[in-house]
Amino acid sequence: MRREPGPAVREAGATAREPGAPAREPGAPGREPRDGLSASRMTWSVGGRTIVDGVDCTAPVGALTGLVGPNGSGKSTLLRLLTGVLGADAGEVAFGGVDLLGLRRRERARQLAVVEQDTSAELPLTVRDAVLLGRIPHRSLLAGDSATDHAVADDALARTRMMAFADRALASLSGGERQRVHMARALAQQPRLLLLDEPTNHLDISAQLETVALLRELADEGVTVLAALHDLTLAASVCDHVVVLAGGRVVAAGPVEEVLVPEVLDEVYGIRCTVLTHPETGRPVLSFALA
Amino acid sequence: MPVAARSSTGVPSAGASSVGVSSVSSSSSSAPGGPLPGPSEHAHAPRSRPRPLPWLIGATAVLVATVLLAVTIGSADLGVGEVWRSVAWHLTRGLGLDDVVGVEPLSVLRDGIVWQLRLPRVLTAAAVGAGLALCGVVMQSLTRNPLADPYLLGLSSGASLGAVLVLVLGLGVLLPVAAFAGAVLALAAALGLAGALGAITPTRTVLSGLAVSQLCAAATSFVIFWSATGDSYREILSWLMGSVAGATWGSVAIAGIAVLVLGSALALSGSVLDAFTFGDSSAAALGISVERTRWLLLVGVALLTGALVSVSGAVGFVGLILPHAVRLLTGARHRLLLPLSALTGASFLVWADTLARTVFAPREVPVGIITAAVGAPVFALLLWRGRRLA
Repeated sequence: MRREPGPAVREAGATAREPGAPAREPGAPGREPRDGLSASRMTWSVGGRTIVDGVDCTAPVGALTGLVGPNGSGKSTLLRLLTGVLGADAGEVAFGGVDLLGLRRRERARQLAVVEQDTSAELPLTVRDAVLLGRIPHRSLLAGDSATDHAVADDALARTRMMAFADRALASLSGGERQRVHMARALAQQPRLLLLDEPTNHLDISAQLETVALLRELADEGVTVLAALHDLTLAASVCDHVVVLAGGRVVAAGPVEEVLVPEVLDEVYGIRCTVLTHPETGRPVLSFALA
Repeated sequence: MPVAARSSTGVPSAGASSVGVSSVSSSSSSAPGGPLPGPSEHAHAPRSRPRPLPWLIGATAVLVATVLLAVTIGSADLGVGEVWRSVAWHLTRGLGLDDVVGVEPLSVLRDGIVWQLRLPRVLTAAAVGAGLALCGVVMQSLTRNPLADPYLLGLSSGASLGAVLVLVLGLGVLLPVAAFAGAVLALAAALGLAGALGAITPTRTVLSGLAVSQLCAAATSFVIFWSATGDSYREILSWLMGSVAGATWGSVAIAGIAVLVLGSALALSGSVLDAFTFGDSSAAALGISVERTRWLLLVGVALLTGALVSVSGAVGFVGLILPHAVRLLTGARHRLLLPLSALTGASFLVWADTLARTVFAPREVPVGIITAAVGAPVFALLLWRGRRLA
């Protein structure tokens, strides 16, 4: 069943189209009419070590793009560079044809939401309060919660099935529930671009599936979703596109069927991989063994 | 309407893809012309959210009543009517209304007790309490450390060192200046140290403050040990524990103006502090410029704390525990927490000081002893009542 576009895609095509912004004319060379996220030559080093080394990557509009790679391959760092939380040494990030890192922070936060890994609050907080934080970029810093803010937060709570927990203390929730709160907070930001760092980490299998189902749904509504994923099997089963990172460089990128193939996985992880086809969904199923 | 969306058990329902059929537009008017397709129409969960206005009005009323009552309490035998008559006389005269209203003045001695001793003291306590509670909230949120207080950056230790130096040298008149200078120098040292290590992260801030604190404390102890005797010893001890016993209208002006100017600015930073709830990068992702904001707020806290410490010494407890107590009552959202902490802190310190000057009358104890002795059990009670939240 198709839904009306939810709040998460409001303004799609409305903002960030100021005159003078880089043109998104149809037929501009190398650009799809509905451009998503495209990063080029992203580089970041610390203490003489290059963590992210000239990465080019794209995440199309309305698709679920997975960012995979071994531990320490630079996935988290790349995400932090894309959000502007970390200042890149070099590189450009465009979203919808607009220079994302050139936007004012608040303007960027209205388009881009981030779900980080391992975020906790040290001070007591209710679930609803946590979700309402996502409204901060959308209102004056002096204003309180408007009726709209509450409506959007309620929506986000409902979509992540956390409404029943709204008045619970965040600290009293399980890891999976807390992860859903963070997703709800990101949804309350009504982003057109959603970046997630290992959103399924530490979740049990049903919570993992719920999380990716929600991401799938958001992508279908036209949100551009880029998620760093640890679990290759999960990535293969849900992602449209995959970017494989190793040693801070892109090893392969493209549609999941072309990228998550034995040769690439052997090169990156040094493992033997068999790709099966799921009898019902027709999606690739990966099976691994040590090389 | 989606049943799954309100599953109260949190157990995943079979059709995960049916999640969130909830943003069905309705024609509800709560967002007229708003950018949304329309607010959702699912039943709103009962809101236990505290409403700001009643809380703030209530706390303001309590503060006004506190001040009016506290000036009537004291060891001198003054009636409530006499006290208020003195206040009214000064106010009407100050406003040039004495011909119109015609309040009869008290005797010079009795009037002096009210107008020169009690009222400045009560108002100073209120300003100091308000400022410390505010600074406490800001420090705890900025460093994401529940144990943070306004003195975290070595401010009180720096101020103490300055104060003790002038007290030992017998230059008591310079005390506010020396204390403020000490506080500002300590802050500069702490931030300088944190900055030298790289970005000013919460952990670095805390640890640098600790280093500066310890150094100043050692120097203070050394000065006391080496040269303090008799009278200066008692004076020093009373200052170190925090006291508003010597408050004058000058103290009211220093603390009051600092709270009105810096405190108001801090009290308006609610949304910014909210954004820090999940840490720096989360704040950045919500559109806050983290480094600049942290600097601004830290400097604001330091200047305000420095001004307060210069008139009252290092009154403990208010800036550490009071924010937690208010949080347990109203939740962690700063837009209400900041002003409410300020109002509550003001009332709290006025009562604590009233106890300090009356319980063992004619002897006085430093108010810092009372704040801890009274506040700790109250806090324990709140902690117990709010244990589900903490």
